[in-house]
Amino acid sequence: MGVEGIGARAARKEDRRFITGQGRYTDDMVVAGMKHAAFVRSPHAHARIKGIDKSAAESMPGVLGVLDGKQLTEDGIGNIICGWMIHSTDGSPMNMGVWRPLAEDKVRYVGDAVVVVVAETRALAQEAAEAVQVDYEELPAVTDAVSAIEPGAPQIHEAAEKNLIFDWEIGESLAVEEAISDAANIVELEVSNNRLIPNAMEPRAALGLYDSAEEHYTCWTTSQNPHLARLVMSAFYNVAPENKLRVIAPDVGGGFGSKIYIYPEEIVCLWASKRTGVPVKWTADRSESFLTDAHGRDHVSTIKIAFDANNRMTGIKVDTLANLGAYMSLFSSVTPTYLYATLLSGQYNVPNVHANVRTVYTNTAPVDAYRGAGRPEACYLVERAMETAARQLGVDPAELRRINFVKEFPHQTPVIMNYDTGDFEASLDAAMQASDYAGFPDRKAEAQARGKLRGIGLSCYIEACGIAPSQAVGSLGAGVGLWESAEVRVNAVGTIEVLTGSHSHGQGHETTFAQVVADRLGIGLDTISVVHGDTDKVQMGMGTYGSRSGAVGMSAVAKALDKVESKARKVAAHLMEADEADIVIDEGHLKVAGTNKGIPWSQMALACYTAHDLPEGMEPGLKETAFFDPANFTFPSGCYVCEVEVDPDTGKTDIIQFVAADDFGNIINPMIVEGQVHGGLAQGIGQALLEGCAYDPETGQLLTASYMDYTMPRADDLPNFEVSTTVTECPSNPLGVKGCGEAGAIGSPPAVINAITDAIGNNDLSMPATSQNVWKALNEA
Amino acid sequence: MYSTKYHRASSVAEATSLVSAAEDGKFLAGGQTLISTMKQRLAAPSDVVDLRHVDDLQGISVSGETVRIGAATTHAQIAESEDVRNVCAAFADLASLIGDPHVRHMGTIGGSVANNDPAADYPAALVALEATVHTNNRDIAAGDFFVGLFETALEEDEIIVAVSFAAPKKAAYQKFPNPASRYALVGVFVADGSAGARVGVTGAGSDGVFRASDMETALDGEFAAGSLDGVEVDTGLMMSDLHGAPDYRANLVKVLAKRAVVAAV
Repeated sequence: MGVEGIGARAARKEDRRFITGQGRYTDDMVVAGMKHAAFVRSPHAHARIKGIDKSAAESMPGVLGVLDGKQLTEDGIGNIICGWMIHSTDGSPMNMGVWRPLAEDKVRYVGDAVVVVVAETRALAQEAAEAVQVDYEELPAVTDAVSAIEPGAPQIHEAAEKNLIFDWEIGESLAVEEAISDAANIVELEVSNNRLIPNAMEPRAALGLYDSAEEHYTCWTTSQNPHLARLVMSAFYNVAPENKLRVIAPDVGGGFGSKIYIYPEEIVCLWASKRTGVPVKWTADRSESFLTDAHGRDHVSTIKIAFDANNRMTGIKVDTLANLGAYMSLFSSVTPTYLYATLLSGQYNVPNVHANVRTVYTNTAPVDAYRGAGRPEACYLVERAMETAARQLGVDPAELRRINFVKEFPHQTPVIMNYDTGDFEASLDAAMQASDYAGFPDRKAEAQARGKLRGIGLSCYIEACGIAPSQAVGSLGAGVGLWESAEVRVNAVGTIEVLTGSHSHGQGHETTFAQVVADRLGIGLDTISVVHGDTDKVQMGMGTYGSRSGAVGMSAVAKALDKVESKARKVAAHLMEADEADIVIDEGHLKVAGTNKGIPWSQMALACYTAHDLPEGMEPGLKETAFFDPANFTFPSGCYVCEVEVDPDTGKTDIIQFVAADDFGNIINPMIVEGQVHGGLAQGIGQALLEGCAYDPETGQLLTASYMDYTMPRADDLPNFEVSTTVTECPSNPLGVKGCGEAGAIGSPPAVINAITDAIGNNDLSMPATSQNVWKALNEA
Repeated sequence: MYSTKYHRASSVAEATSLVSAAEDGKFLAGGQTLISTMKQRLAAPSDVVDLRHVDDLQGISVSGETVRIGAATTHAQIAESEDVRNVCAAFADLASLIGDPHVRHMGTIGGSVANNDPAADYPAALVALEATVHTNNRDIAAGDFFVGLFETALEEDEIIVAVSFAAPKKAAYQKFPNPASRYALVGVFVADGSAGARVGVTGAGSDGVFRASDMETALDGEFAAGSLDGVEVDTGLMMSDLHGAPDYRANLVKVLAKRAVVAAV
């Protein structure tokens, strides 16, 4: 059997345990003496807490503790914070309101945690939680961003007057105004980006264990970034110093961004463990997941694009209002700013871009990064506007894009980003060919004969991934550095453990990271294990989000391998009495080039550990660590084509064909990449057609609080995807990879909506384009 | 979920006595609604009495044109029944569209009918087929059985034993599922029976299942889709929620009724 290195469709090593039910999730963890927590949550969107009567709950059988926010404050637990500082245009820092892990004075959204009950069983804890009497004075609530900044709207936080968190801008306003006044044509569009509920298959969970003898805490939690969780809980929340806090994120069943953040529940479980003297576990039920997982998107925007007489873009002006919910979650400020507005020039060579972004508090669940984070919002806005422009200017949508593509790299955009490589025409050509773009008019006519309205829509996306380099993100307000670390530990028998700060919660790192090692050393995947998700095992890490594990995490592995190989060559040269420069590593052997001399990898490894015969002065052992901090973001890009048929009687939309042509740079495992694209497309199509979080505007109750009302995409909502890739190598990491986790969710929504608006002849259509919404748009056309 | 006591009844008499003896007893006829409600802690019966294993509630029998379906028959059994399909394929089709395979293999017709969810499928068929609901005490015409949203003519401790109907000449069911729950956003069952055309509508009515009498009259002229062209569906009778405003539901009632007439066999 050949070695399954880079480029191999290696079967996922982790799937045996997942498909045989042997995954080990936080809720599977059992420790001696463990008890269970249930939270008392606010039933109101906005209310003052006048009093809490815990006596009935405290006297119930099996109850070990009924703890509230006052006690949490007494113990010095800090506020939950947003970790990225954004300054308003006037120079003032963002207006961050206080977020207590257990609300003390006010509750600000339905689901806000107020009291935690610890009891012998989950059922007893839930029953006691119901017995806690909280006396609320209800206050008026506001749930949408537009209403929240209107005069007279309820004031949610003292720190944020008129609920405004910041009023930020990027780009040159005057230059854009000039481009607009000089334009031959101006295209304007107002769009909303619907609010989404993440719905990871595994609900959030936490198990807190306090060891009083060592004054040490262990936290098992559903996290995409256990080291970051430890850092934040230690440095900002005052739970425990880092050396007294171990965070373990074992198998995690999906994150999509919602498990980046540190939520009240894990802090409270750790604190309650010390308070009650028992390990405390909490697992969200599905209703809690709907109510309290950080939601995604929720923008209202206008875009204006100026074109010259040759249909070249000369300026883009954007105004966006973003709803951040009741509290500022960890990365809530960067998602609608630097992860969004820096991509507003899309794939196009446009000299002037200006964006104004205002963010506001509302009485809804916190909103933060969700698969794509800011980039789907940018792509949706730009790509819907480009399709609108093509129709308005009477140019083929593909041609209008082609005229305006960036064609030379590197390309400095007017909004910070420096696109390193890409070939946008190659993606467009590949997608047009795969979708038989030219044959569309015939298919439309054929559909018409059957009484169906057929439409085609394009989307050419670009995203900034990798979410690094540290210096750049630091200059933009990040509270942390965004590098990644790896340790490659060669055992005495030559087998290998790779310790990475990246975290796999569905992405298949145990396979792909091993493939990188297998490729370099020519050894089998079964001799390589990937270790992640435990701050006691792995040196340090920044975790997995923003499609960064390949570009940053795997690159750290490659750098550590450089060091391992360098030492291995020295040892082999010494053992074979050869020149180090002549040693090559091939098929699991260290060979002397041009001779038949060689020793197996395992023999070299053993020599490192016996240390009987090492080069003069060399330390025994073979294990190396590397930290990798890239020089730039990566820029995956691609072109998606969606073809739909609309039933004019019911508004039902069927996606007949969906073509994705992506450029992810080099690819480690094409099968896993295709899986990531399929998943991303399903989420993007879900946003476009089905998913729409709704709150009652009067009461602030979540109307879509279960699967009875919140529509997740299902297999029968989706077509067979036709996916392909073209390759331009990323120059800023040693593997030449760009990242693929978010592309599908970023590029697909505008392609779907462009196709439907093409079919129905009305551009006034919002996501989700449910059958009802399409029917209404069709009848208003 | 709160803790509860589970009983498996072996006869109708045992079931009713178990429920009357309980502090707050509930019949469990498949549990596809009740168990989720209990999991959400919206219902907390002290005792649940499982009816699925009561002999008297089992079985499908077709004699001539008369179909009788025991209350504990699952949706899957109805969907797969050759006997039902031979005389009224539309009824088997309807059962095959309920929920998902898990629901269809646990949920029962008796449970669904007794629950009278305004978006459930069976009520449309039962009113259009002018079916009879047989209980342990009496026979109730479907038209009298479904009283309002989640309300039926059932008395306390009264159990549905079976439903029966005469197979029509032609029938079809058309369903437009709620995208999230996959219940009927609107479902229309059209039957051309011995007493004339019947149109049962579920999912749409603000007061639950109803018969569209204007459509029935129009179809009595000619049982053809075109007969429905001039019929207006009153939006004032329609339910309204996130997924369907009254005008959209009214449109679907007409669209689906026409499609059902075309599909009727």
